[in-house]
Amino acid sequence: MKQSTAQEDLVRGIWRENPVLVQVLGLCPTLAVTNTLANSLVMGAATTFVLISSSLMVSSIRRWVPNAVRISTFILIIATFVTIADLVLQAVVPVIHKALGAFVPLIVVNCIILARQEAFASKNTVGRSLLDAVGNSAGFVMALLIMGTIRELLGSGTLLGMSVFGRHFEPWVIFVLPPGGFLTLGVMLLGANWLQERRKSAAGAA
Amino acid sequence: MGELFWILLSAMVVNNFTLAMFLGLCPFMGVSARVETALRMGAANIFVMVLTSLCAWALNTFVLPHAPYLQLISFIIVIASLVQIVEMVIKKVSPALFRALGIYLPLITTNCAILALAIFQTTRGCTLVEGLVFAVGAGLGLTLALVLMASIRESSELADIPALAKGTALVLIIAGSLSLAFMGFAGLLSGG
Amino acid sequence: MRAPAAAQSEATTAARLVKVLGGAGAVAGLAIVTAFLATKPRIEANRARAVQAAIEEVLRQPDRYETLYVVNDRLAAQPPAGADASRLEQVYLGYRGATAIGFAVTAAEAGFQDLIHLIFGYDPATGTIIGMRVLDNRETPGLGDKIVRDSGFVAEFDSVVLPLRGVKAGQGQDSPGEVHMITGATISSRAVIRIINNRIQRLRPLLDAYRAARPEAR
Repeated sequence: MKQSTAQEDLVRGIWRENPVLVQVLGLCPTLAVTNTLANSLVMGAATTFVLISSSLMVSSIRRWVPNAVRISTFILIIATFVTIADLVLQAVVPVIHKALGAFVPLIVVNCIILARQEAFASKNTVGRSLLDAVGNSAGFVMALLIMGTIRELLGSGTLLGMSVFGRHFEPWVIFVLPPGGFLTLGVMLLGANWLQERRKSAAGAA
Repeated sequence: MGELFWILLSAMVVNNFTLAMFLGLCPFMGVSARVETALRMGAANIFVMVLTSLCAWALNTFVLPHAPYLQLISFIIVIASLVQIVEMVIKKVSPALFRALGIYLPLITTNCAILALAIFQTTRGCTLVEGLVFAVGAGLGLTLALVLMASIRESSELADIPALAKGTALVLIIAGSLSLAFMGFAGLLSGG
Repeated sequence: MRAPAAAQSEATTAARLVKVLGGAGAVAGLAIVTAFLATKPRIEANRARAVQAAIEEVLRQPDRYETLYVVNDRLAAQPPAGADASRLEQVYLGYRGATAIGFAVTAAEAGFQDLIHLIFGYDPATGTIIGMRVLDNRETPGLGDKIVRDSGFVAEFDSVVLPLRGVKAGQGQDSPGEVHMITGATISSRAVIRIINNRIQRLRPLLDAYRAARPEAR
């Protein structure tokens, strides 16, 4: 495996290896909490906090953790940060915490986080793991925000609770319901596939 | 009895874990290509969910009243360890069963549906029996969604699908249609 | 030569594994307990504020209220010794000045999609509902969830006489127990009505017994 540059570490997660749109990880939160933009934002912030803190922690103690208890230690670390995030959200934004419900504790089993620890933070320096975590968080948050914007805009005619289309807009309620989540993400993946396909054929032609 | 039936049906179809709550999507995407594997995955899920429900009940009754902040950590550690122990026991006692379900068991541990089951059971304050019924209902619901998806994928195998849509995008769009169909179950239980 | 060395290294690894996991567990526990203690006052204040706001709304701004506990099918002003008060079923009795104006009661039953949790104020002297507020629901957005946002529907529960009876919009004879349901959300509307009727039917003997025993609560 060739050594990647710092810039690659950072950018990779945002587009070329976007955790949601390309690797199709972390689908549960991407679908479940994106019915409004505000929920998507808070979920994105909580996941970013957990991913960055866990990556920092795992990469700094990686030397002392024996292979056999590697995964258990990672899960312990992730669960600790998730518990902290859960408590802080409950104290600071109780209304949104209630709207997110069980999906805050479920950040523990968001495969993106464990995958970054296993694939990157456990093998690389603190600095590079930080870049990797920031890049992947940005990629995840980006996907959440696109989903949240589309679903809230079409499903309720609002953005962050503020009316966009005026009073005469009849919301497409289906977008804030579960089927709308599946369909929106399906169409987004089609778009991502199409972009990649186009880039590949452009590279082939050149 | 009516109450238990309500819990069972609610978890199984009206609030189906996969199609209405977006839980357990990884196996839904990953092992839904064949009906045979989907059935086995579903069976393994029901099994782990029942175990989880027992664990969560025990933790909620005996441990967590004294230390509520340990909820998440204790759930995840106890469930993961228990599944691993059960896996070893099954391997020893019944190699045939292990071959049928074994490879799915470790996959299931990190499945959000399992942890969600434990958390929902706690927030709803389920008793032991209610929790078990809830677990069976949720597990049957997952199995139902998996098998439906696998049947559709099997029969669409020879269909002429644009290369762009093959894979996850297609699965998501089929899931959207299934989810739409499952919305028809709403209102089933309100009796009005 | 190799066997004992292997055994020895195995023993040290086992000890080391336990040490690492134990250490990680201790640090994690410490971090969680710190966060828990730091956020606890605010979380509890948030919860108390939410409960208080709901009670004040459905009892129309009482001067004060007291919390009562359902113990063995009777209302008690104090939880039994040793019981965890937060796990007991609670009702709230509101006062204006020295007179009791009514009970605030929470209830939950199946709606269109899942359980609907709500709280309502009940005046036992006249057998009327004072006000109603939905606390939690997963009804269909845009249709069933109007039971929360539709101010006309919520206002229907302003001093209406029990037992409640749902009537379709534009129908009914203005009798005191009528609640006009939301067009397009009949099942959710009916569920709210049914939840309140069922709850009062079960609680009325308890509330009456408590009032009979306590002259100031009449």
